[in-house]
Amino acid sequence: MSDRVIHVEDLAREYVMGAERVLALRGLTLSIRRNEYVAIMGPSGSGKSTLMNLIGCLDTPSAGSYWLNGQEVSRLSDDALARVRNREIGFVFQTFNLLPRATALHNVELPLVYAGVSSRERRERAERALTRVGLEHRMQHRPNELSGGQRQRVAIARALVNEPSLLLADEPTGNLDSTTSEEIMRVFAELHGQGQTIVVVTHEPSIAEHAERVVVLRDGRLDSDTRNTKVAA
Amino acid sequence: MALRTIVTQKLKSFFSLIGVLIGVTFLIAVVSIVQGMNVYMEDQFANRLIGLNTFTLRPFPNFNSGNVTDDMWRAWMRRPRISYDDADYVTDRLQTPAITARFCSDRMVLNYGGKTAKDIELIGTEPTYFAIKNIDIDRGRIFTPQEVRLGLPVLVVGNELGEKLFQGLDPLGKDVTIRGIPYRVVGVAARRGTLFGLSLDKFAVMPFRAPARRHICPLNVLDELEIKVASPDLMLTAMSETEALMRARRGLKPNQENNFFLQNASGALDGWHKISNVLFTALPGLVAISLVVGGIVIMNIMLMAVAERTREIGIRKALGAKRRDILAQFVIESATLSTVGAALGIATGIALAFLVRAVTPLPAAVAPWSIAVAVALGMIVGIVAGVYPATRASKLDPIAALRAE
Repeated sequence: MSDRVIHVEDLAREYVMGAERVLALRGLTLSIRRNEYVAIMGPSGSGKSTLMNLIGCLDTPSAGSYWLNGQEVSRLSDDALARVRNREIGFVFQTFNLLPRATALHNVELPLVYAGVSSRERRERAERALTRVGLEHRMQHRPNELSGGQRQRVAIARALVNEPSLLLADEPTGNLDSTTSEEIMRVFAELHGQGQTIVVVTHEPSIAEHAERVVVLRDGRLDSDTRNTKVAA
Repeated sequence: MALRTIVTQKLKSFFSLIGVLIGVTFLIAVVSIVQGMNVYMEDQFANRLIGLNTFTLRPFPNFNSGNVTDDMWRAWMRRPRISYDDADYVTDRLQTPAITARFCSDRMVLNYGGKTAKDIELIGTEPTYFAIKNIDIDRGRIFTPQEVRLGLPVLVVGNELGEKLFQGLDPLGKDVTIRGIPYRVVGVAARRGTLFGLSLDKFAVMPFRAPARRHICPLNVLDELEIKVASPDLMLTAMSETEALMRARRGLKPNQENNFFLQNASGALDGWHKISNVLFTALPGLVAISLVVGGIVIMNIMLMAVAERTREIGIRKALGAKRRDILAQFVIESATLSTVGAALGIATGIALAFLVRAVTPLPAAVAPWSIAVAVALGMIVGIVAGVYPATRASKLDPIAALRAE
């Protein structure tokens, strides 16, 4: 039990769109253990974005339960969820989602600001995180002065700076060319090697290949959950 | 952080600040100008025109606060004038140490050679007048009590009048003609400057009994008796003493009103104080209007900022910003914006006050309290205007906000 970073049980999410009710997730049960590298796949409309939002504590389920690190988080208030996001989850987005007017360093410091870390410690930890992704020479650059790959590495540094239990990436290479994508996936592999639990949501099989476990959703249900033999080999 | 956002959007921010800026400018400038006006009125107007520690005995006030009704005016005109005997009676019996001067004046035309000076204030009085009004003599002398008693045609002329009439010649010893009678100039007064842009040096002083008296005052009638005491604390004593003397002399019963008036500098300032009170009463309203407008503009700018930065809000929320973090961010931004506006307004207001000081005789001085009020108002307007947009920002759904572009 303590080994499970994520455990969801009968997780359901229903949206009301006008008069229609859309069931995006229909009772999903899934566990992800510490230091697992999991890819969540599925065609559009399969519920993978909904699942990502729920796992990322950006949304709460209509039914079912979600334990993150042993803590039941499916019924928490907005502010309590914000706290969980801040401490437990590092996000990496397809569009990087960096603050355009802030330097790389300041972007990475941001989660620490909301964690209430003192400014000197913030700076030290942000510098360490940027060094970890190989951007020690780009700390004072703004996002528009960085390449796509560098921006995504800033985003990864930001995701890691609070030492979260889960790195959650949503199509992390969707806006990158294939060479840069490979570079980012190497960073993920490296982090995984250092013991980081990683969940990547993607529709690209070539990206999913890097994960050790592939979960496929279809119509809001679990379609398949397989070990990736290629990586294991 | 807030300041940086403002700096990166300079122009838009500047326009959004104008409301607060104008309100605060107005506050600072009006307060400093009105206070400068107060100082000016007290120092220059009252003390120079009426004289320091001086009051005058007259039939009715000569500086009116504007709300004199026709009935009042008619009653004033029926009052007995101040007679020579009244003047002597008060002068002889006043216990408080004081000097007095009989006073009559009117506008008169003066001639010298072919030149004419029109609209000159011709004053008939006694030598004590120069001490009462603090008129220094540049050259020559003042006339003597003997000259007054004999009613000799001698004249002390104001500085500018002397220059105008004699054009470079020394006025001393020259004969000036008033209504056909020559007057010998015995003294020239030192320059007194201007008041409200009007020269205080276009006057001529002659002995009270000189021939031209009949052109400025009827026989046995004075415009006023000027009374000067040695120090401010003697003013009240002297005034109440004079009042008692006059009431006794005129046989007024206790229930009867004074049929004379004692004018002093503070009385003359009543009208001005009323004006300045009106300004100080109207000021908060005017400042409030521009601040409300400024606040609405800032609120709109902040609503736009929230709409434009929805994604940023989403990012911040995903990274762990709580509602109150977002709320605080936008309220601080709004308060900073508004306070910057107030600071610019303070600068403009001070500049305006200095400008007034430089180009007018008003000693406009910036009141420290008005700066404190301006800063506080700026912050309050910013906070109030920022609360609604910031609340909206803090309530955004992180998923929707992240999807926004």
